[in-house]
Amino acid sequence: MPTPEQFEVTIPSDTAAGQAVQERIVNRLEELSFPARDVFGMRLALEEALVNAIKHGNGMDPDKSVHVSCRIDDAMVRVEIEDEGPGFDVSDVPDPTAEENLERPCGRGIMLMRAFMTRIEYNSKGNRLTLEKARGTGDE
Amino acid sequence: MSTRRLDIEEIGDVTVAKFIDKKILDETNIQIIGNQMFGLVDEDGRKKVVLDFTNVEYLSSAALGKLITMDKKVKAAKGKLRLCAIRPEIYEVFEITRLNKIFDIKTNQEQALEGF
Repeated sequence: MPTPEQFEVTIPSDTAAGQAVQERIVNRLEELSFPARDVFGMRLALEEALVNAIKHGNGMDPDKSVHVSCRIDDAMVRVEIEDEGPGFDVSDVPDPTAEENLERPCGRGIMLMRAFMTRIEYNSKGNRLTLEKARGTGDE
Repeated sequence: MSTRRLDIEEIGDVTVAKFIDKKILDETNIQIIGNQMFGLVDEDGRKKVVLDFTNVEYLSSAALGKLITMDKKVKAAKGKLRLCAIRPEIYEVFEITRLNKIFDIKTNQEQALEGF
């Protein structure tokens, strides 16, 4: 069994830097032969989470950073993403699948993370998100 | 000057716009793709548009936002929009967000052109 990989990285509020972290994690999942659906879901969840942290959390402020810590082993990947913004109350985000919101162009990121991850959790302030994905069977 | 992100083909009176990118994720990228897509309606006045997703492997919620705006623009211009060739993982994204209810989605380009 390969040894778990663990790393922490602090990136500027810049989506290109977010992409690099995303690539690093996704590449590792591919190396560990996680099923394609897991890799797809992880990439999507990381994209949504990092864009939220950079854009909505830090407001693209170049003086603010995003801290990412990640632990990947053969069975599970866990990523924590923390921004330096004021946080938010996740229950304030309107349901994007409600009839009246269906045609609104935003608000779907958190829903997609929930659907594709095994678990997602915000801290009480709302500026730190934990994403967890357990290895799927590959035939969901 | 940004590079072209859509392959445009005219088939009869229908415009088929095929996404070139595999990943429609990055914000800047999505902005450019959105503008090129909107230009089909706003600048070129095209009314029947098929968006072909053959090449698309990843799509984020920001990209979904652009598709919703595109749908509104086409409807406002009294036109029609169809989406086609969406692979199963991406179709799941549409299902989760219930956007499969608002978009006219066809299996492939031939079906999208049929009776359009």
